[in-house]
Amino acid sequence: MPIRRDSKGRYVEVELRRAEETLWLRCRECGELVFRRKLKETNHICPRCGAYFFLTAQERIASLVDRDTYAPIESGYASDDPLAFVDRRPYRERLDEAQAITGLNDAVVVGRGMVDGRPLLLAVMDFRFIGGSMGQVVGEEIAVALERAAELRIPFVLVVASGGARVQEGAVSLMQMAKTVAARNLLAAANVPFIAVFTYPSTGGMLASVASLADVTIAELGAMIGFAGPRVIEQTTGQRLPESFQTATFALEHGVVDQVVPRESLRAELARALLVLSGDHNG
Amino acid sequence: MVDDSAIRALEAKLVELRQMMEAGNVDLTEELAMLESKLLKLRREQYARMSEWDRVKLARHPERPRGLPLVEAMAHAFYELRGDRMGGDDPALRGGPAILGDHRVMLLFHHRGSTPEEQRACRHGMATPEGYRKSLRLMEIADRLKLPVISLVDTPGAYPGVQSEEQNIAGAIAQSISRMLSLNVPTIAVILGEGGSGGAIAVAAADRVLMMENATYSVISPEGAAAILWKDPSATPQAAQALRLTAPQLLELELIDAIVPEAIGGAHTDPKRTAEDLRATLCQQLTTLCERPLDELRHLRYKRYRNAGSARTPTDPS
Ligand SMILES: [Zn+2]
Repeated sequence: MPIRRDSKGRYVEVELRRAEETLWLRCRECGELVFRRKLKETNHICPRCGAYFFLTAQERIASLVDRDTYAPIESGYASDDPLAFVDRRPYRERLDEAQAITGLNDAVVVGRGMVDGRPLLLAVMDFRFIGGSMGQVVGEEIAVALERAAELRIPFVLVVASGGARVQEGAVSLMQMAKTVAARNLLAAANVPFIAVFTYPSTGGMLASVASLADVTIAELGAMIGFAGPRVIEQTTGQRLPESFQTATFALEHGVVDQVVPRESLRAELARALLVLSGDHNG
Repeated sequence: MVDDSAIRALEAKLVELRQMMEAGNVDLTEELAMLESKLLKLRREQYARMSEWDRVKLARHPERPRGLPLVEAMAHAFYELRGDRMGGDDPALRGGPAILGDHRVMLLFHHRGSTPEEQRACRHGMATPEGYRKSLRLMEIADRLKLPVISLVDTPGAYPGVQSEEQNIAGAIAQSISRMLSLNVPTIAVILGEGGSGGAIAVAAADRVLMMENATYSVISPEGAAAILWKDPSATPQAAQALRLTAPQLLELELIDAIVPEAIGGAHTDPKRTAEDLRATLCQQLTTLCERPLDELRHLRYKRYRNAGSARTPTDPS
């Protein structure tokens, strides 16, 4: 994982790990061993150096949603491996491994909950699951969440942690861009607000579809936001990339996001946005 | 590409015989017919042996009918509209109103250019945010003036550059998909050559998606997949195979509606016929689509993309 962000909002690379398996996590930035339970209190920010640990979908949900208000919406979908794809390893194996490690069907978790007493429909991506890539299951789950939000008339919040499309599903994953956008249009027709939260990373096909169509977009400090990978850009254009390229600040400066906030303020920021957007749907 | 030296030799022989027939008064009709049928057989055999990677090369063939020349050969009239009205014009993604048979339409198409200078200017068909904002503008016009939208897709992908990112290429693509899905007119996309990732789907979320027989449509190029997944550029042909990016494979996956046949050997062997066949196919599709009530069309469009490439639940027996 090519992950290292400096200055404020560094992201700390954490190896794929089974949820709740280890008691201690080492900060890759400063080397500090941090007690896992302690991390929960600090929003998974290193108490010594301030670097951000990756959040699993469940950890992200817990950090945003009011205590005891979260109710998952489980579809039970799992990838069909539509292309019967094999590279150096069968995709099937990668899926099984990712499922075992994360305990998830795929790279997104959908549910209902409250933030500061305001209801929302939440879809949170999990980067551990094949880089948070969008294949048929992620596309389906996000579409279901959007449709449900439209039906219930409660705001939809998408927390992005995705490297882009799921390459192993080929054109099937490409179709998920159209699928999620179609469902997003349905939510728009129902006049229900949509807030996107960009975290590390928010890139590729995920960014070039539903994620870029929110009414309000909040970036977590340390997010990476961009369509093409930095290496691809350098190779194609021979251009030198600016220092701040594809950071949250870069996105803010270029009009791509509305706010950039540190992790510890994300929940309050979301609550503020929900307050002004969903006053009519209180409770 | 498949070794085509035998075919080239036969082609040369045919030219020679025809010249002989014209020059002297020898009657070589029988010999010519024999050679022609032999050539056809060879081409068919070669065609059947083509690997996915061969198809990729055919889709990228420098002489493949595409872009502005194809549009000019296909349309009775075409009036190009330029500029995104927000600061620029992208020569890689173009369009304008046109007349196809009995239909007035709005055409959108990628343009790769034929000369090296033009190809550089068009970035080989990789469109920028300006291109996708122009396509958005043209879709607005089409919606207003009730012109069905036809897109001819032929791009390695959207242009990866610093400026693309600064001008929010991802957002431009997303908006283009969104607008195309919400249009109050029928829409048809033709994957003409390369249907490369987000840069392709941006103008391909249509009521009907057709694919030229040798076109490819994929989320990533075989080279890209080989680099990322195999970590070995020599695995490119393997990646092409694994990605299932050819027209017959995508038809089987039910991601496209129909295949437009090409001349044996590829569309570039008969550009005139390619343009005529494509026009005929499009007119036929337009006639069918235009008969549908708009509500029904939009409902079917939603269903199509809502169900595209869906996973089945583990409990679902189907
Ligand atoms: Zn630290």
